[in-house]
Amino acid sequence: MEIILSTAIGILAASGIWLLLRPRTFQVIVGLCLLSYAVNLFIFSMGRLTLSAAPIMPKGGFIDSTAYADPLPQALVLTAIVISFATTALFLVVMIAARGLTGTDHVDGRERDG
Amino acid sequence: MNLVAQHLIIAPIVIPFFAGALMLLYDERQRRAKLGLGLASALALLIVAVELLNRAKGSTLTGNNDIGLYLLGDWAVPFGIVLVIDRLSALMLVLTALLAIPALIYSAAGWHRQGQHFHALLQFLLMGLNGAFLTGDLFNLFVFFEVMLAASYGLLLHGGGQLRVRAGLHYIAVNLAASLLFLIGVSLIYGVAGTLNMAHLSQIVPAMGEADLAMFQAGAALLGLAFLVKAGAWPLCFWLPTTYMAAPAPVAAMFAILTKVGIYALLRLSLLLFGPDGGASAGFGGPVLIGAGFATLAFGMLGLLASQGLGRMAANLVLISSGTLLAVNGFALSGGGPNMLAGALYYLVSSTLATGALFLLIEPMSREEGGIAAILALTADAYGIDDFEDDGAPEVGFAVPGTLAVLGLSFGACLVALAGLPPLSGFIGKLAMLAGIIDSSALPRPLAYGFLVLLLVSGLATLIGLIRVGIQTFWVSESVVPRVLALEIAPIMALLGLVLLLTLQGQAAMRYMDATARSLYRPDIYADGVYAAPRKADAQAQESTQ
Repeated sequence: MEIILSTAIGILAASGIWLLLRPRTFQVIVGLCLLSYAVNLFIFSMGRLTLSAAPIMPKGGFIDSTAYADPLPQALVLTAIVISFATTALFLVVMIAARGLTGTDHVDGRERDG
Repeated sequence: MNLVAQHLIIAPIVIPFFAGALMLLYDERQRRAKLGLGLASALALLIVAVELLNRAKGSTLTGNNDIGLYLLGDWAVPFGIVLVIDRLSALMLVLTALLAIPALIYSAAGWHRQGQHFHALLQFLLMGLNGAFLTGDLFNLFVFFEVMLAASYGLLLHGGGQLRVRAGLHYIAVNLAASLLFLIGVSLIYGVAGTLNMAHLSQIVPAMGEADLAMFQAGAALLGLAFLVKAGAWPLCFWLPTTYMAAPAPVAAMFAILTKVGIYALLRLSLLLFGPDGGASAGFGGPVLIGAGFATLAFGMLGLLASQGLGRMAANLVLISSGTLLAVNGFALSGGGPNMLAGALYYLVSSTLATGALFLLIEPMSREEGGIAAILALTADAYGIDDFEDDGAPEVGFAVPGTLAVLGLSFGACLVALAGLPPLSGFIGKLAMLAGIIDSSALPRPLAYGFLVLLLVSGLATLIGLIRVGIQTFWVSESVVPRVLALEIAPIMALLGLVLLLTLQGQAAMRYMDATARSLYRPDIYADGVYAAPRKADAQAQESTQ
C-alpha cells in the first residue's frame, strides 16, 4: 500500500512540476492542480496509513489508539483542499484576464521572439 | 470591561474581518462610508495593538517578557488552536496598523475608485497579517498566510491593466507554488513530531532522535524555503520588483510589510526551534540564511543601480531590507547575540515605514512626467472608459502650496532614512546592527566584515540611485509643478513623522527591541508562557471545588 501511494504522489508531483515550468498558462494551472493533489495526498499520508480504522473515538476516551486513524491530517487536508481550490479558481480568473488583455496565453504576456 | 480585556488578543483578527465582511454588503457607491469604516477599523486596530504592546512589555522594569494567550474553544494547550502575543508579535501588530492608516488615507485621494472592493480587500489583508503575527501553531500560520495572499492578489490587480495582470500572474503562480511547499513542510513536521504547536515543537526538537531529526530538518527546510519566497530572498525573488512596481501606490505601501511577514516567520521559528538551546540541531539553517541574505543584499543593490524608474528602485530597496534582515537572522542562529538582533528589529521598523512612505511618494513625484497619465490610461483601458473622472464628484481638497518643496523634503527624508545616514532612524538601526556583529566573538570574522562592507555599500548604492532620481525630478526638469492633494501628502508626512519619532525616541525604542531580542533567544520563556495558559474550564473546576 505504501509503495502504491508514494508512487502516485511522486508521479503527480513530477508531472505537476513539469507542467508548472511550461510556458502556457493552461499548462501552469493544470500543473498547480496536479501538484496540489500530490501535496494533499502527502498530508493525508502523514497520519500513517491505516486500513478501515475510524478517526473518531467512541465516547468514554481512549481505548486503543492504534486501532484508530489519526484525525488531524484529515482535518488539515480538508482545509488545504478548500484553500488550494479557492486560490486556483482565483488564478484561473487572472489567467483569463491576462489572455484577454494580452491576446496570448504565454505566461509572460507575449510570445518569445524567433 | 474584564471581558473585553480577556478577548483583546483576538480583536486584531476579528475587527478587520467584520469590517471587511460588512463592506461587502454595500455597493461601490458607498465608497465614503467604506472608507470611514476602514479608517475606524484601522484606528481600532492601532489602539488594540498599542494596548497589547503595553501588556506584552511586561510588568517588571527589567522588561520581563509577558506572554499573552488566547485559547480558542478553551482546549488544553498542545491540542487546540492558540493565539500567542509576545513582544515581537505586538511590535509587528503595531507596525501593521501604523502602515494601514496612511495607506487608507492615501487611497481616498483617488486610488480606491479605480476598481471594486478595495477597502474590503485591504481589511482582509490586515486580518491575514495580524493572524499570521498572532498565531501559535504552524497550520494556522498557513491559513493566515493564505488569507493575506488571497487579499493581496486582489489588491495587486486593483485598477487592472495589462502590466498589473501580467505581474499578478507571476506573483500568484509563484506564491501558490510556495504555499504548496509550505504545506509539505508542515505535514512533514507533523508526521515526525506529531504536533504543530510552536511551543510544543520547541520542547520536542532538542530531545529528538537522529532518524527523526533528519526528517524534521527536511520539513523545516521546506518550510523555510516557502518563507524565503515570501521574504523575497535571492534567487526566489525575481517576481518581486515587477510586482511591487505594478501594484497601486497604497497597496505597494502595504506590501512593504508583506515581505516582513516572511522575515517574522523565519525569525520566530528558527530561533524557537534551532536556537542556541536547540540541542543537536542548534543553528540549523544559519549558514543558508547568511548566504541568502548576502546574495539578496547584493542583488537588490545591483538592481537598484540598474533601475531607471523610482518604482523599481523602491522594490529593490525592499529586497535590500529583506537581505539585511535575513543575513542578521542567519547570524543570530550562528550565535550572534541579542545586541545585533535588537538593531535589526529597529532597522526592520524603520525601513518598513520609510519604504512605505517612498512607495506613496512615487506617484506624486512622477505625475508631471506623465507617469500618472500612463497609469490612468492603463486603468481606463481596462475599464473601457475614456476619462478617468468617473465618479461625478471631482476630488475636492486643496492642493499643497510649495508642492515641490514639500515633495523634495519628503523625498530627502526617505532617502536619508533608507540609506542609513544620520540623523534619522536608519542610521541608528544600521549602527546598532553593525556594532553588535563586530562585537560578537562567536561569528567568523570574514563573514562579519563582509556583512559590514555589503551593508555600507548598499547604503551608498541607495544614496546614488535615489539622488539620481531626485536630481532628475526636482532640479533638472522644468515642466509644470504637479498638483498634489493634501490627502496625498499627509500620509507621507505621517509615515515620515513616525520615522522621526522612532529617531527621537530612539532610546526607548531600542530598549524595547533589546528586550525583544533577548526574549527571542529564550524559547523556554515562550514555551513556558504558552503552557501556563489558564484554561477557563480549569478555573471553573477550581471554583466549584472550593
